[in-house]
Amino acid sequence: MKHEITLKINGESITKEVDSRLLLVHFIRENLSLTGTHIGCDTSNCGACTILLDGKSIKACTYLAVRADGSEITTIEGIAEDGTNHPIQKAFHDQHALHCGFCTPGIIMRSIDFLEHNPNPTEEEIRWGISGNLCRCTGYNNIVKAIKQAANEMKNETV
Amino acid sequence: MFKCKTSPEVGGMGHSVKRKEDARFLHGKGNYVDDVKLPGMLSMVMVRSPYAYAKIKNINKEKALKIDGVLAVITGNDLAQYNLHWMPTLLSDTQMVLPTDTVMHQSQEVCAVIATDRYTAVDGAEAVEIDYEPMQAVVDPFKALDEDAPLLRPDKEGQKDNQIYHWEQGDRDKTDQVISNADIVVKERIYLPRIHVASIETCGCVASYDKDTKKLTVYLTTQAPHAIRTVLALVAGHVGLSEEKIRVIAPDIGGGFGGKVPVHPSYVVAIAASFLIGKPVKWIEDRSENLVNGFARDYHMDCELAANKDGKIQAFKVKTLADHGYTDASANPSKYPTGMFSICTGSYDYEHAFAELDAVYTNKVPGGVAYRCSFRVTEAAHAIERMVDKLALKIGKDPAQLRMENFIKKDQFPYSSPLGWNYDSGDYHATLKKAMEMVGYDDYKLEQAKKRKEGKLMGIGICTFTEVVGAGPSKDFDILGIAMFDSADITVHPTGKAMARFGTKSQGQGHETTYAQILAEELGISYNDIEIEEGDTDTAPYGLGTYASRSTPTAGAAAAIAARKLRDKGKKIAAHLLEVSEEDIEWEVGKYFVKGAPEKSKTIQDVAFAAYTNIPPGMEPGFEATHYYDPPNLTFPNGAYICVVEVEEATGAIDVKRFVAIDDCGNIINPMIVEGQVHGGLTQGIAPAMYEGIEYDDEGNVLNGTLMDYLVPTSVESPHWETGHTITPSPHHPLGAKGVAESPTVGAPPAIANAIIDALSPLGIEHLDIPITPAKVWDAIQAHK
Repeated sequence: MKHEITLKINGESITKEVDSRLLLVHFIRENLSLTGTHIGCDTSNCGACTILLDGKSIKACTYLAVRADGSEITTIEGIAEDGTNHPIQKAFHDQHALHCGFCTPGIIMRSIDFLEHNPNPTEEEIRWGISGNLCRCTGYNNIVKAIKQAANEMKNETV
Repeated sequence: MFKCKTSPEVGGMGHSVKRKEDARFLHGKGNYVDDVKLPGMLSMVMVRSPYAYAKIKNINKEKALKIDGVLAVITGNDLAQYNLHWMPTLLSDTQMVLPTDTVMHQSQEVCAVIATDRYTAVDGAEAVEIDYEPMQAVVDPFKALDEDAPLLRPDKEGQKDNQIYHWEQGDRDKTDQVISNADIVVKERIYLPRIHVASIETCGCVASYDKDTKKLTVYLTTQAPHAIRTVLALVAGHVGLSEEKIRVIAPDIGGGFGGKVPVHPSYVVAIAASFLIGKPVKWIEDRSENLVNGFARDYHMDCELAANKDGKIQAFKVKTLADHGYTDASANPSKYPTGMFSICTGSYDYEHAFAELDAVYTNKVPGGVAYRCSFRVTEAAHAIERMVDKLALKIGKDPAQLRMENFIKKDQFPYSSPLGWNYDSGDYHATLKKAMEMVGYDDYKLEQAKKRKEGKLMGIGICTFTEVVGAGPSKDFDILGIAMFDSADITVHPTGKAMARFGTKSQGQGHETTYAQILAEELGISYNDIEIEEGDTDTAPYGLGTYASRSTPTAGAAAAIAARKLRDKGKKIAAHLLEVSEEDIEWEVGKYFVKGAPEKSKTIQDVAFAAYTNIPPGMEPGFEATHYYDPPNLTFPNGAYICVVEVEEATGAIDVKRFVAIDDCGNIINPMIVEGQVHGGLTQGIAPAMYEGIEYDDEGNVLNGTLMDYLVPTSVESPHWETGHTITPSPHHPLGAKGVAESPTVGAPPAIANAIIDALSPLGIEHLDIPITPAKVWDAIQAHK
């Protein structure tokens, strides 16, 4: 069965017809060709598909596209402003917090939500904060450092 | 320590320059296989066996084919018409592409459904009806050798039982003699369970056959594009796919760790489907398919270590049973069916050793690839490092002291090991000393003594491993007959910027940065002005790919030597430009100058421009060089890792308090990237040590085939890693480098196991197999009460 859905993605309003069973992650990747959101499992374990839906980080592999009707979605493609990296993107580069890059978009999207709620986290809090996202390459040390750096830079920006 | 020869702007060796490849990944612009979209592309989904061992009575495609959008269901019998239903493995065994009559392991591919999109393909897969006649699976490898065990591979001529091969190395009689006369002998059966690399990107491909050009393009999650191209030509040459008509493109790869070395049957089916239908076909593995298919380790090792009463090691013996599943699909060099397992004598100086191994067939998935380690080095290091600790416990000597007393000494290199390796260099005492200082070893020993008096369980574990990487010299190392060299092909453009192509393929290691740094070091062209390209067999020079920490030892060396060839040519051009003879020209990074008159000089950019515009008479124009590097020896990185743990007696909970890793990987190209590689390898070390292990029931069902129950460590399980280095350059590598990315995966598991067992030793516990989970610890504590 087809449904028409209307939503905002990275600031742009769109209306599309989708199957009832279409997963949001496939809608984003295949219907909208935004392939920065990745699929690493289909059980909400790895977090590679993490996006922001109405400002909250969710795993798009276990969310139906129809359910996103009327929402506002941000993906990794939508966070750099006018070609300037988001502080978290910058920090990931500075701290060598990515290797193969496959988990990176999901972890960055999760980190945006996390820092929104905890702008001054401890290392322990960062580790728990991103524990829904798996990275197989980096050993997490530098991801934690990058999130800490981004927190500091974002704090300074808002002062 | 290493001193940088170049400025940070040039960014040669030793500079922690930021990675050139990051931007596309940070912006969601990476191009992984599943991101490839071609016009008219179809989707393929595999139907897999629920049984570990069964006859296929019938496959009914009818209902599936009735679904709107399902175009084809391909079975083994369909492929058999083209003689494409079997393929060779990398170790010259045979593997089914699709079965015609029997399935040999749970989750084996039985048939493929091709449809217009992935949802319809899944519907089709669910509608295929298959009648199986289940048989009693052989799951326990020890029982596979029983006389009454069913013969699993009657298809193989001359195969009388389930043994695949017997391998041995060393002097059995002499080793036995030394062991039987020794003051002290410690014994243990050590099991390293099946694990899976679980790269976050699973495997997949897009196969696209063009009927007009008769050319096949395959976008593939592969660590070795050229080798795969050759294998495909060998498998499908008879149907017209010859090697010049095959283009393998490995785009961005989302982690490899060994799991993307083999040719997975589904790749071949997707290619066959595209060939038959004439449209591009995409296949992407789902996570469970990924976890259940392929494996690393699965070695049962009976170890004996002999020493005199002071703890001087005299001999080591190990007898291994290896469970390979239904075919030997290990990814090892062909003369080394057990890989580099004979590095098992470790970092210690003694004369006598003997290793033997029997490999058997069972009804399990084949694989036997590495898990972020050079061919079987992790198994080897675990065996010796556990046994050395057991020896220390037995004679009551500090494990650090025991190691210090047994290490190969710095001045003994190059060192011939008892099982035939020629260790290139190392300073094992210095590496361990540095680790002990960094962790504060003596203080922890005092704290431990105090805690033990209070009845608390605290452990300190050491591992001082020697790796063997960089395969390898062509006289000994080949994959399916192809020598394991690697290559670099450099073009410096007229404007002095460069492009270089390689036969390797990064899966996150940062080649686009580190190779540019090697060329910056050798040519003085800024790393920012050098583009690196890998992974396209139509453009890259032939190479054997990236695995077993071989890229820096082989392709990195090729880059250095190709650059030196360019420098030699440049010298002639500089002499021409400066109107002096070639002998009067000297080189310092980035420029040529006249001996004794350094003000008369030409930069490498001037020289490159002249190579296209002002060519010396008789010289071939252009500024390009290629080198295929055949290493004279392997490289032998080493490390000293120390882990401190506390164990809670009431629950078995394990808390890793500290982990210090000192690595010696020779000269370092980019310290930031090396440290990052070590961090990642350490997390993939704690993973099998404490969390991961594929479990089977008696019927051959996998019990933990999802990420919900196969525990890949998160940021919470992964400790804060502390790292450092000693530097002993490789004497035979052009840059003195050795390779590093897998050392931590080799060294971490025994360090962690040794720490936990040390914590439990006051209770009388002398050994636990990994993964050492709280439940296993709790059981052991109860059993020793």
